[in-house]
Amino acid sequence: MLVEGIKSRPVYRGLTIQPRARRHIFALEGEGAHALLDRKTELDETARSRSEILYLGRGSQGKGHDEALRKLGADMFFTAPTIATLLFRLKGTLATAHMGTRLYIAGTEGFIGQAMIVALDNGMDHASIITEHRGSLARRVQCVHCKGITEDVTHSPFACSHCSLPLLVRDHYSRRLGAFQGVNVDAEEPGSAPDPEELFL
Amino acid sequence: MAIAFKQETFRDDFSYRNSPENIRRFPFPFDRDEYMYSVNMEPHVKGQKGTVFESLIDVDEHYIAEMHDRALVLKEDPLRYQALPHMMTAQWDTLELLMEEQAAGYPEHFTLIRNGDQWRWINRPLGIDDTFTFGDRATLPYEPLEYITRQAQGDFCIVDQRDGNLWMDAGMVTTQADWSLDFDIGMNFMEWHGPVPLAHQMGVFERALKFLLNLQQGKPTRRFNWTMTINPRLDTSPENYPKWGPDRATVTPENVGDKVHLRVEVQTLWRLPRSNAILFVIRCYLMNMNELVTVPKWARRFPRVLRTLPPELIDYKGLTRYRETTMDWLSKYDDGAPTSPGTFPD
Ligand code: HEM
Repeated sequence: MLVEGIKSRPVYRGLTIQPRARRHIFALEGEGAHALLDRKTELDETARSRSEILYLGRGSQGKGHDEALRKLGADMFFTAPTIATLLFRLKGTLATAHMGTRLYIAGTEGFIGQAMIVALDNGMDHASIITEHRGSLARRVQCVHCKGITEDVTHSPFACSHCSLPLLVRDHYSRRLGAFQGVNVDAEEPGSAPDPEELFL
Repeated sequence: MAIAFKQETFRDDFSYRNSPENIRRFPFPFDRDEYMYSVNMEPHVKGQKGTVFESLIDVDEHYIAEMHDRALVLKEDPLRYQALPHMMTAQWDTLELLMEEQAAGYPEHFTLIRNGDQWRWINRPLGIDDTFTFGDRATLPYEPLEYITRQAQGDFCIVDQRDGNLWMDAGMVTTQADWSLDFDIGMNFMEWHGPVPLAHQMGVFERALKFLLNLQQGKPTRRFNWTMTINPRLDTSPENYPKWGPDRATVTPENVGDKVHLRVEVQTLWRLPRSNAILFVIRCYLMNMNELVTVPKWARRFPRVLRTLPPELIDYKGLTRYRETTMDWLSKYDDGAPTSPGTFPD
């Protein structure tokens, strides 16, 4: 479970297939494949013929679910080698999407955040997008000082991958950036940073 | 009466000080000897002469220096000003409001001449005399919100109202108490207040939001907020925390009077006429402890407030390193006598 009570963090309600949608787009990362596979009985013939699955076989356990997903028999199935290539494809798909299209995103929080940004940039309303968190709790963090983003942060504090300041990972999340906030942990007394703790596995 | 504007700095040599008259009009925020969060809102109406409520948009002796500091911040970090595209009408609403109020309150310093949509704005302290077409952004050197907030003291957020919530969709934020517009832009009322301790559980934000959703045009409202800052630094942004954070470790019993500042925000909220958005003005006032103790009532009350502060607030406001030292220093001015109700000096 994710830490409860962070007001600015989105709530990931879980994948439920919307039977009336005219098109279903699934953006899945790593363990996010299970979010759909666990509900394959909800995907009837009609829904499958209206589905497009975009899958990235990375994620916390690095296990590929390509075959299981392919067997679902969706209208379109695409596997991407990296997040960037998956997002590029998603952009293209959404640019030509019609009314009545539903977007489902499942995977790590950092992946959901980035796919969400693509959707928001395409004019989708965040409340209409269906999300499920699966896989590691690693956080995507923006350094509030240099604005650089570090992916897959499991420890706090950690060294910013851009400016290398030791950053405390705060429980404050920006949907627009798809990231948590990182703040210099030893600003008041440089050199006094505590040892990193593994908090987000 | 013309204001005598000061030449001073909010960085490097920190030459900012308050004149004795400005200390008397300082908006001391505590009406009793203790403090806790509450839905502390009251109508924003004009108050007595010699208070910061003499005009609804307050201009004081620090105006020119503050505008200079804002310009320096924006040169380093232009993202302190941001506005989402759908906020253009609200930007013009804000420009109108700030020009009207500054001209009404300080006719010797500001003049607005409206002739249909041809407007002429004269800002004497900053040496500005511009003619533009209201509603046509190409006729101003900046977007309307940036243009006018480079000429008005305080930070400014415009919040859009939709789906029963308020959304922070534009702002000019260069004098903030440790929060980032760049990070918070696009968030709703509960989201941007996420980091505040205790108040969510107390229902403060739920009630405040309900109140604001019903805010009426022509009936602005106000509240106080406060924290403390080491050195008279306006830009205590999270972006620049590595620059100002070390100051917190420099407080000693010898330098409390000069270094430790009470930082008060008079926050006013205005419903805007065309956009139905709300303008949130965060007007920041700084006063060091030497200045504060020149008013005996405040000298007695402030250490008592600091003593009663819940630990969560001490931590959130970043007072941990210097609160004890400051209380000790202030306690020599507190003879234990009772204080009168209300915020004003006796
Ligand atoms: C639309 C108007 C408002 C805006 C834009 C706004 C914005 C903010 C922001 C950005 C913070 C800093 C949060 C952080 O730590 O990151 C804050 C703090 C806070 N706000 Fe608001 N706020 C608004 C209205 C209100 C109202 C009406 C209340 C009434 C109860 C309120 C109560 C508070 C409190 C208690 C804090 C904590 C301050 C401290 O202890 O220093 N706010 N606000």
